[in-house]
Amino acid sequence: MGAEQGGLSRRRFFGLAGAGTAGVLAAGAAGGVIGRATAEEPTSSGPSASDAVDFEGTHQAGIVTPAQDRLHFVAFDVTTDDRDALVEVLQAWTAAARRMTAGQDAGPVGAVAGSEYAPPDDTGEAIDLPPAGLTITVGFGPTLFTTADGADRFGLADRRPDALTELPAFPGDGLDPARSGGDLCVQACANDPQVAVHAVRNLSRLGAGVLSVRWSQLGFGRTSSTSSGQSTPRNLFGFKDGTDNLKAEQPETLDRFVWVSGTNSWMDGGSYLVSRRIRMRIEPWDTSTLVEQEQTIGRAKGSGAPLGQRDEFDPVDFTKQVDGEFAVPETSHVFLAHPTNSGTAILRRGYSFVDGSDGLGRLDAGLFFLCYQSDPATGFTQVQRNLRLDKMNEYVQHTSSAVFACPPGITGPDDWFGRALFS
Amino acid sequence: MSTPLRKSLGNALAATSLAAVTLLAACGGATDSSAGGTGEASDDIAVAASDDTCDVAASELEAGTHQFTVTNSGSKVTEFYVYAEGDRVMAEVENIAPGVARDLLVELPAGDYETVCKPGMVGDGIRNDLVVSGEAVTLSEDENLQQAGVDYQRYVQSQTGALLEQTTAFTDAVKAGDVATAQALFPVARTYWERIEPVAESFGDLDPLIDGREGDQAEGEDFTGFHRIEQALWETGDVSDMGPYADDLLANVQEIVARANEVTLDPLQLANGAKALLDEIATGKITGEEDRYSHTDLWDFAANLEGSEAAVQALRPFLEEADPDLVAEIDARFAATEAELEQYRVGDGWALHDTLTEDQLRGLSDSITALSESVSQVAAVVADQ
Repeated sequence: MGAEQGGLSRRRFFGLAGAGTAGVLAAGAAGGVIGRATAEEPTSSGPSASDAVDFEGTHQAGIVTPAQDRLHFVAFDVTTDDRDALVEVLQAWTAAARRMTAGQDAGPVGAVAGSEYAPPDDTGEAIDLPPAGLTITVGFGPTLFTTADGADRFGLADRRPDALTELPAFPGDGLDPARSGGDLCVQACANDPQVAVHAVRNLSRLGAGVLSVRWSQLGFGRTSSTSSGQSTPRNLFGFKDGTDNLKAEQPETLDRFVWVSGTNSWMDGGSYLVSRRIRMRIEPWDTSTLVEQEQTIGRAKGSGAPLGQRDEFDPVDFTKQVDGEFAVPETSHVFLAHPTNSGTAILRRGYSFVDGSDGLGRLDAGLFFLCYQSDPATGFTQVQRNLRLDKMNEYVQHTSSAVFACPPGITGPDDWFGRALFS
Repeated sequence: MSTPLRKSLGNALAATSLAAVTLLAACGGATDSSAGGTGEASDDIAVAASDDTCDVAASELEAGTHQFTVTNSGSKVTEFYVYAEGDRVMAEVENIAPGVARDLLVELPAGDYETVCKPGMVGDGIRNDLVVSGEAVTLSEDENLQQAGVDYQRYVQSQTGALLEQTTAFTDAVKAGDVATAQALFPVARTYWERIEPVAESFGDLDPLIDGREGDQAEGEDFTGFHRIEQALWETGDVSDMGPYADDLLANVQEIVARANEVTLDPLQLANGAKALLDEIATGKITGEEDRYSHTDLWDFAANLEGSEAAVQALRPFLEEADPDLVAEIDARFAATEAELEQYRVGDGWALHDTLTEDQLRGLSDSITALSESVSQVAAVVADQ
């Protein structure tokens, strides 16, 4: 990284100042770890698109799992005060998720093997489809622990981790409460959209009488690579996105920035998920010039290289000047979001979305941004605060926001989503 | 009124019902249209019903056949029920007008019951305990299932009687040009229709004429029935040309009542009918599509729910043996749905659909989704028998 090698340049100092005190404190350590991390050798190329991903593990699947192509994300409200009923759903979810991620039916009987007089315990649209890399990742929202009006419905209030709080408001937010927040979430990712939808549909059904779908979002075209074996995809701005993302092959960096550790709580081994539905103002973007687009992002549109560099994976050099101007403008997205200047790092795992058109005929499209971090305050919130002057803000608006605590992975046949939390 | 897909199911239901009717006749099943009992009553228990009381002259009885005489001294139309556990209807009399006395014959085995008056015909009603002592009757599972069809047929017959009376009053008001009265009677008459909708729908030729919605007709067919008159009552308030439609509606209701009274549903049909009524709520009432001019959809919602519960509860003695956990879950979810709906009670009626917020409709929808999941399990339990 040029900034590291060149010491604390004016440019880097500017970025740190923008990040505030927390950013400065975190930055010294962060820069070093990230510098080493990006030097780690790529070691895995991930499973084939149709294979199954292991359901059990230290961490939940679907976080550092190489990002699949499709997403169905859903947030639920819990509609009962009955703790046992909620636990039963989480246990049923675990069993169904274990089966579905292995390419099996959601229920033990199956879509077509049961009584002809009973509704099938699987909805059937995934018959003959492979596991398709399906992962099902479950998270708990702040309102599960204490409702907005202060009720401790499930005796969990004192188990809420300090890190799990509602995100602060950010300038320019246009959040729709009806598709923000939620007591629980499920992130279903797969390389076949029907497999992801099948998973959410069957899990929702298992929640009848206990859960109500609050909002949901379909995504296509991963907008980040989470493994060095993956090529970098393009987002709907037409730019490569996620080049400098944290990667599965960087265990030290993941331990530092993604996994919760040392809290001696049910969240050790887990991670915090922030979701933001970021609507892109597609039409103004499409009519902006190429140079405007590249200056907004901070990368070349074709190669994905940082401005002033040649290749996509060339390190970003914030000190480089071209014709007396800094190659990467200090209002560009890459400049402000880069770990060097935000002082932290997050694992991005977002997807593009197109929800048809709005009433004015404009594409209702953008990035359903998902990121994982060990603490939202020093993760997403710190990065987003640094984006206050981001030139990209002209072309985006955040329309949905949520934060969830994703517990550690399922470790054995008797384990279930949230067991450590509820026991 | 249902979708075309549901219509084909309805026809299948009608076809199998004929077999059921024949079978029942061979078994010598009960067909008494006004009573739940088959024997002779040795007593006559007075029930003094008013708008806020329900005084039943007996609270303890011996097992056997009993007659209740319900006298309505109130100002509201009332109903009288004898419920077993889970509000399983042992016998009922509908549509008791102010000043009228009606008899009810019911055969009660030993057990704990409740007698219930429902002034205004909505809500939980005014309830009293009724303990019946003597020899308990233990039926086999087969007998329980057979009895379910008989019990439900009695329920259908009580509804069809009231449907005919209220539709007559409704069409009379329409023909008299009395818009206010007709508007008041519209959701009331439909209540009896909606409670037994799967049975009524099993006559695929009449259902579209009685309950079709605008735009559902084939090319060249006229838009007729309840909703044609509803449109005139609420859209223009001018029913001067509705006379022929009122006459046709009444004639078609008379025909369907005559046919429905002959239908006995087999247990599987009961189970599927209970589920179908909940589907009606989910697809037509929560969306406000059913009564799009009057917005009285919650009346239909309540009626569908009551009808579904009546069908499930007819199977209760069997289900309690075969799957008690499912019975408990169904009870809890019917209660939850009724509580959700009760929030929108306005006097003896319901809030208009277009006054409910999205959040309120979501609460209703969630409760129906949960209830449907449970009720959808009943058919397989019955079929496993």
